[in-house]
Amino acid sequence: MMKRFNLFVVVVMAVVLTAGFALAGTLEDVRAKGQISVGVNEGLFGFSKPDEKGVWRGLDVDTARAISVAVFGVPDKLKFVPLSAKTRFTALQSGEIDVLTRNCTQTLGRETALGLNFVHVNYYDGQGFLVPKKLGVKSAKELDGATVCVLPGTTTELNVADYFRANNMKMRPVVIESSPELSKTFFAGRCDVITSDASQLASIRSVAPTSPDDFIILPELISKEPLAPVVRHGDDQWYDIVNFSVLAMIGAEELGITSKNVDQMVKSKDPKIKRFLGVTAGNGKALGIDEKWAYNIIKQIGNYGEVFERNVGVNTPLKLERGLNDLWTRGGLMYAPPFK
Amino acid sequence: MKENTGASTRTPSDKVAFLYDPRIRSILYQLSVLAMVGLLGYYLISNTHANLERQAIATGFGFLQKEAAFEIGESLISYSAADRYARALMVGVLNTLLVSFIGIILTVILGTLIGVARLSANWLVSRMAAVYIEVFQDIPILLQLFFWYAFFYEILPMPRQALSLFTGVFLCNRGLVFAVPEFHPAHIYMAIAFVAGCLSVYFLRRWARKRQADTGMTFPVFSVSVGILILLPLLAWLAGGAPTTMSVPELKGFNFQGGLNVSPEFSALLLGLVFYTAAFVAEVVRAGIQSVSKGQREAAMSIGLRPNRVLQLVILPQALRVIIPPLTSQMLSLTKNSSLAVAIGYPDFVSVAGTAINQTGQAIEGVGMIMLVYLFFSLSTSAFMNWYNKKIAIVER
Repeated sequence: MMKRFNLFVVVVMAVVLTAGFALAGTLEDVRAKGQISVGVNEGLFGFSKPDEKGVWRGLDVDTARAISVAVFGVPDKLKFVPLSAKTRFTALQSGEIDVLTRNCTQTLGRETALGLNFVHVNYYDGQGFLVPKKLGVKSAKELDGATVCVLPGTTTELNVADYFRANNMKMRPVVIESSPELSKTFFAGRCDVITSDASQLASIRSVAPTSPDDFIILPELISKEPLAPVVRHGDDQWYDIVNFSVLAMIGAEELGITSKNVDQMVKSKDPKIKRFLGVTAGNGKALGIDEKWAYNIIKQIGNYGEVFERNVGVNTPLKLERGLNDLWTRGGLMYAPPFK
Repeated sequence: MKENTGASTRTPSDKVAFLYDPRIRSILYQLSVLAMVGLLGYYLISNTHANLERQAIATGFGFLQKEAAFEIGESLISYSAADRYARALMVGVLNTLLVSFIGIILTVILGTLIGVARLSANWLVSRMAAVYIEVFQDIPILLQLFFWYAFFYEILPMPRQALSLFTGVFLCNRGLVFAVPEFHPAHIYMAIAFVAGCLSVYFLRRWARKRQADTGMTFPVFSVSVGILILLPLLAWLAGGAPTTMSVPELKGFNFQGGLNVSPEFSALLLGLVFYTAAFVAEVVRAGIQSVSKGQREAAMSIGLRPNRVLQLVILPQALRVIIPPLTSQMLSLTKNSSLAVAIGYPDFVSVAGTAINQTGQAIEGVGMIMLVYLFFSLSTSAFMNWYNKKIAIVER
């Protein structure tokens, strides 16, 4: 009896003690699991939302697919974990997910106190206000005394409080955790105005129950919201893989490589393109993944411009211009470092 | 225990090996279990600490002194985004207390009414009570909350088309807005007078009881008490100059200004919690009343007590003994369920603490505080109910 009891103690202690060391490299972990757990928005049309067949679609989802392609060579080795704004960072910190591609704003506080690393921005955004047209409001400065729908635990929750304070206006927030529930509340008229990143407002507006034209986004953008995928502190190799998965899509657009022409581009004589597509080996080995990683991403997912236009561009219900998200060569902010 | 007594009856000369002494053994077992729990706790704490340090996540309660920088929808104390996290969390605690306190009172009243109605001899009344209980008990509370919240924001009109129930009372999708008296020092006197009224009622009851025990004469305690509780504050109001200025809600800009606004979030949460928990309380009350045997009622009637005295003196004292313990657990579950507020946007403690956790990233401290606060609420509720339970327990003679 005693002996068996001792054995039990040893087993329990062994399990408990090894649990601490299980957090080795994220790359080895996801390879062992055979999939990447990725945190996404619960439902944000154009960024991450399941379509009518249950397939996740959107800009953030395509970013996640690019990471899957970089690691596994195929875009579907992903486990999507829908997360609210409130739970997203805890899920990443605790290791429940390996990477977070969920329209998260990069801030100093999150990089430091929260123990997170943001990779390259995949959407430059700013916070705006969406109001019903019939309210007759033309500027955010006229919003004194308004009831404001806002998601909890977001930078927007702080920005809007700052903005009203700075302009000596009063507001009454209605804070609801689930974003679909929040937009429903707004459309029902519980709030005068809903505030969020302008891209999200475009997304919310596009699914208005009456007509998107009954709502307008006010001209003021009150903050900078660089949205980027996030990983945990302390795993530089994983950070590099995620970072360069994003950058590869931007770099491909700079080099003029698209999902359509990538097979011709492989035959290119340009040393930059040869290095980029892995014809000249080196980049893959440096990252610890397949040499054809960038080729695979462009072939299967597309370059940044293609991903943008497909999910949120002017031909989608969101009707967003490239704006800040255009290449630097065309006046935007998207700029990839050399791939060598 | 058995082995223990066996050991004590042995004579000292009757030696056993040290390890086979049951008493020593039991101590050893307990020590080893204690050591294991301690080790596990130590391991968890040190491991957490190491992990937090490795990921460079901030720790400690220093964040409580930082500026919160977010607004809260409703608050019992003055609060703005410029206040500290500590105050923001206090706002959350008070909001939770408010909804739980009002919720518990309404639940007990509604639950008792329905529990009694369930036992009514009137077929229609008892059937309706049964339907109520089945419906509200069997639908998850979260759905009920969504239902009530949707009721407020989908059905009710915008502020500019608000329904005016009476003068100064408006109902719209921003909540129930009504006129309240403008603050005046007389209101403080009224509050003091009310407290004084409560005290005098307490002593009046003691006196009436003693008189009845001594002389057998009864005294109309209830009507006199009500009279005192109304009359004293009224006198204070008159003495204070009888202020009548009201803060009347007015439609200004986006919303009503002035008056008191009961938000849809608060109302939906309160309604959801009360209707849900009252169904359980009704069953508890019914069970309590049914647990008193029929003979008790018959005996009481046979000595000539009137029906309300039968209920008051014979049935309820016995039923309460059965009712109180499960009622306590219903009160606790109401308090804990109030944390579902986060789903419908009422800024209760969990909601505010959740925002604080997200803005500061200090989940362990935040969740620890949430657990402590609910533990405190629950322990104090059950302490009070246990005291009450002891007070009404049958005194065996």
